[in-house]
Amino acid sequence: MRGSISNRRLFEPRSLRDALRMLRDEGPLVPMAGCTDLYVSLNFGTLKDTRFLNLWRLDALRKIETRGAGVSIGALATHTDIMRSALVGKRLPMLAAACREIGGVQIQNRGTLGGNVANASPAGDTLPVLAAADAVVVLASAGGIRRVPFTAFYTGYRRSVMRPDELIAAFDIPSVHGRQWFRKVGTRAAQAISKVVMAACDDDRPRIAVGSVGPTVVRLPRTEAALAAGASIADARRMLVDEIAPIDDLRSTAEYRSRVAANLLARCLTEFGMS
Amino acid sequence: MPITLTINGKRTRIAAHPMTRLLDVLREDCGLTGTKEGCGEGECGACTVLLDGVPVNSCLVPLAQADGTHVATIEGLRGRHPLQRAFVEHGGAQCGICTPGMIMAAVALGRKPSMDAMRVGLAGNLCRCTGYSAIYRSIRSAAGASTR
Repeated sequence: MRGSISNRRLFEPRSLRDALRMLRDEGPLVPMAGCTDLYVSLNFGTLKDTRFLNLWRLDALRKIETRGAGVSIGALATHTDIMRSALVGKRLPMLAAACREIGGVQIQNRGTLGGNVANASPAGDTLPVLAAADAVVVLASAGGIRRVPFTAFYTGYRRSVMRPDELIAAFDIPSVHGRQWFRKVGTRAAQAISKVVMAACDDDRPRIAVGSVGPTVVRLPRTEAALAAGASIADARRMLVDEIAPIDDLRSTAEYRSRVAANLLARCLTEFGMS
Repeated sequence: MPITLTINGKRTRIAAHPMTRLLDVLREDCGLTGTKEGCGEGECGACTVLLDGVPVNSCLVPLAQADGTHVATIEGLRGRHPLQRAFVEHGGAQCGICTPGMIMAAVALGRKPSMDAMRVGLAGNLCRCTGYSAIYRSIRSAAGASTR
């Protein structure tokens, strides 16, 4: 391991209240959940932070339960927990599909939904699902709870509205009545970071979100509005390309990402029965 | 404060920094060097152990999060598990670095995994020698052996 740990301190809260108090009084602390991202940077010697908060024991944050007609998923629910949840399978199958394509089983057993969101990679596989489903992020601090629409959570590349004294407690996801769709395109099926990842649902109007095509996951408001007004798939493809801002990097090129995102949209809309 | 875990059935107290990787605890504090370090970033699965029966990458588990758990490593199979024999007989191991992780991931699949379950269950374990077919053959053969 290239990173050293002797100079680092780990805080061990026994309850959520305890954790929020530590964040207020001892902060800034870096929250630690399944460590599938955090320990990669620690191993590489690129992790500068020295004070951490171990959330793993806070079982209250692990619940998956009904909330009205929707679902509430605790931030510490692992990808395996989500894949195996009958409730998610019934109400939010596109989220189960996303979790199934994250890493291999070892990563799915440890990585959490809250961690995927907090890590804030634009390639995070669950993020387009939360965006398309109009999820709400439940943020907890010693001062109380605030609820932020997921589509307003990120403010830029790896930046969000979350304050240093806050933790993600859960995600409230309203019911989705129409069809749901998820597709990830990467180098191989498992253990690959997405080149393009898309989730969509068609309640009374289509809601479409794409990852890996800009500094944050994006919804496609103009494409969605045009589709709701009866635009063709060909028109929607052109609008999508205008609404995304992919870059060239070590995993892919901007041109490839635009082409694939447009193809995914066309496939999704065809499966939704549009033309 | 020392952390206690049960490793291969034996209760063990570890006096190490709570952020030490479980992989380093096993290899350096416990001398259990069967578990290998491959990539150190959760991609290759060489460091796979079972934590309360579930496969995890031990390079990404802080010791503090293993407190009170049961850890199973390749040494716990004591060289006598049907999977270990099958990997030898069917060429499932070549250079051997991925093998302990492969076998622990295969143990987690239970007695008679389907081909699909094998592909999904081992998707997080990379091997650069065998091309995987010999590994799947080994697991299938062990499933036959263990039901005899």
